[in-house]
Amino acid sequence: MFEYAPAPESRDIVDIRPSYGLFINGEWVDSLGDEREKTINPATEEVLSEFAIASDADVDRAVSAARKAYESVWGRLPGRERAKYLFRIARLIQERARELAVLESLDNGKPIRESRDVDLPLVAAHFFYYAGWADKLGYAGFGRRTADGQSGADPRPLGVAAQVIPWNFPLLMLAWKIAPALACGNTVVLKPAETTPLTALAFAEICRQADLPPGVVNIVTGAGATGQALVGHPDVNKVAFTGSTEVGRMIARTVAGSGKKLTLELGGKAANIVFEDAALDQAVEGIVNGIFFNQGHVCCAGSRLLVQESIETELLDALKRRLATLRLGDPLDKNTDIGAINSAAQLAKITSLSEAGEQEGAERWSPSCPIPEKGFWFPPTLFTGVAQSHRIAREEIFGPVLSVLTFRTPAEAVEKANNSPFGLSAGVWTEKGSRILWMADKLRAGVVWANTFNRFDPTSPFGGYKESGYGREGGRHGLEAYLDV
Amino acid sequence: MTEPGRLAVRKTYKLYIGGAFPRSESGRSYAVTSSKGDFLANASRASRKDARDAVSAARKAFPGWSGATAYNRGQILYRIAEMMEGRRAQFVDEVVAADGVSARKAGELVDAAVDRLVWYAGWSDKIGVIQGAANPVAGPYFNLSTSEPTGVVAVVAPQEGPLLGLISVIAPVIVTGNTCVVVASERAPLPAITLAEVLATSDLPGGVVNLLTGRLAELAPWLASHMDVNAVDLTGCPEELAVSCEQDAAENLKRVLRPSGKVDWLAEPGIERMTAFLETKTVWHPIGV
Repeated sequence: MFEYAPAPESRDIVDIRPSYGLFINGEWVDSLGDEREKTINPATEEVLSEFAIASDADVDRAVSAARKAYESVWGRLPGRERAKYLFRIARLIQERARELAVLESLDNGKPIRESRDVDLPLVAAHFFYYAGWADKLGYAGFGRRTADGQSGADPRPLGVAAQVIPWNFPLLMLAWKIAPALACGNTVVLKPAETTPLTALAFAEICRQADLPPGVVNIVTGAGATGQALVGHPDVNKVAFTGSTEVGRMIARTVAGSGKKLTLELGGKAANIVFEDAALDQAVEGIVNGIFFNQGHVCCAGSRLLVQESIETELLDALKRRLATLRLGDPLDKNTDIGAINSAAQLAKITSLSEAGEQEGAERWSPSCPIPEKGFWFPPTLFTGVAQSHRIAREEIFGPVLSVLTFRTPAEAVEKANNSPFGLSAGVWTEKGSRILWMADKLRAGVVWANTFNRFDPTSPFGGYKESGYGREGGRHGLEAYLDV
Repeated sequence: MTEPGRLAVRKTYKLYIGGAFPRSESGRSYAVTSSKGDFLANASRASRKDARDAVSAARKAFPGWSGATAYNRGQILYRIAEMMEGRRAQFVDEVVAADGVSARKAGELVDAAVDRLVWYAGWSDKIGVIQGAANPVAGPYFNLSTSEPTGVVAVVAPQEGPLLGLISVIAPVIVTGNTCVVVASERAPLPAITLAEVLATSDLPGGVVNLLTGRLAELAPWLASHMDVNAVDLTGCPEELAVSCEQDAAENLKRVLRPSGKVDWLAEPGIERMTAFLETKTVWHPIGV
């Protein structure tokens, strides 16, 4: 393994306040409750800042600010004007990209290489993409008819959107939620995850720099109770959630019967299927990217490797050689491949599921990999001899843990891949074109990556089948979630 | 003494599950009356077990039906329309009895039902073009979104419009490749069973449409909470039942269709009933030499 000199990105570029309030109606306000929480750097356990836990009354204030902004300004603004605000935001994000990338890596623990090269470019692209839709909604293929069967006006927004996002891609998930909502003419109240509030709070500043009218975007920080108050608020018209299937179920139950439009982007247990004729080196890179990107904190992670029996040994040898070269450590170091696990709680979950894997009889392997003394870390891990009934083959681990299973025929690969209540994504590696298309057709998953993995683009719809949720984010399809159609 | 008139041969109305016509396994039935209150027939009163059998038949039929070509599905829907046209008189009689409308009005409703099927038949190989997309991603990748059927859909048919309403909820579900379990109008289930006889003779594979008659309040919750059902259409559910079904449906994240307000079944329906039961799949592949 090559020696690398440390190459840390400077954190001087970020300016973190010791304490944050809530962003409601364009202003920073103190919470009406007195609960506060600290957010820490998961790589060092150093406290970064303190933020408010929004109370029910805070949520209520934020929703009424959003309602007022919707009725008095944003809902009436011509699409071309909304578009210009979104373009402005996209540009501000580009201008402050490095700062936001560093902030994201500090708060989340992901390697700077990923926040800088993946998250931030996608965040800006997402705003840029939906900005362009804001004045073209009449061409999007929705709302063709009115009651009298005549060609109708442009489709209408829904009103106030309640959005709850996870900690794995804090700013990117914010972009996926806010950009289409605003483009369609809705106003939003967004709750970032309790372990990663900082980039959302920085985004609030960007809204101010963009002169976005007050109340169009409101950011309320908090944990589960704040999220519950938000999605259950009677004056909300739309609920969008990205997170675990367990919480998704609760939200679906809460929203039932309310008439609120709901989209859910939930868990996954993707199969990454490698056939014997695959380009092996590329497949190894794809497998690594599939499960170790972002420490495996990815809902569409390729967490089940299905390898054709005839190449199992060869592929696993190559994979282990590659894993031995992954560098785990300081997220701000530009050479780091694997950063910190986002929280102690998540580390405990990964640890306990991995132990279950061993107890149920699978064989565990990790490269020798020095673990920093402070912070939350988990080495890249793979399990062989995994049966479909094992918990590590069924449950979402949301960490850098790969379960390896084998198959003999394409039909068996499909059977095993689809044997999951989830259906978010899948990967196929083969040089045979007709087999790719056959597999893509049979896999019950919302995204199929063939000879690649974990690619994202604002023009490309993303979302799951079955218990991975419903609705799509990205592309023309992503507009439907925020229009009254 | 006058010559007695010929005694009519009455029909036994049964369930339609997996292409067969079983009675309810529970042995139960209930009396169906006309709009005037006259006895028409005893319909089967389906049980939880019947509902589960129907779901399992629908699941079994899903790979074949969703895997059929769109052209083939379109032809079969058109074939259903042909078979209905041939039984027009029978349907008219049943709608008159069930709804108490004039024969002329009933004729219009039956015609509209046949035309609705023809309308949907044509969508089979077109909805994908409207819903799909080749996405211009910023990189050397081929990126294609296509629509696929959601799976097994439980449909609560509207209580009013025992034929037109029924056709209007079944056709959009199956034309895209879903299979379904339908709970017929509780009050007026007889046209549904006659429709099942049409379906059974229209080249529609057994299990694609399964029809249950019986008590809605008894059947709907089982279907809404069934873990092998992927979506529910609650059109025919009264408010309170619909809310509890929606809550049950959350357990495995079923897609839920619940139209707001009263539906005008005679108006052109739009594509919403199809898109409610479609999934979007996006496939990526690198471009290179």
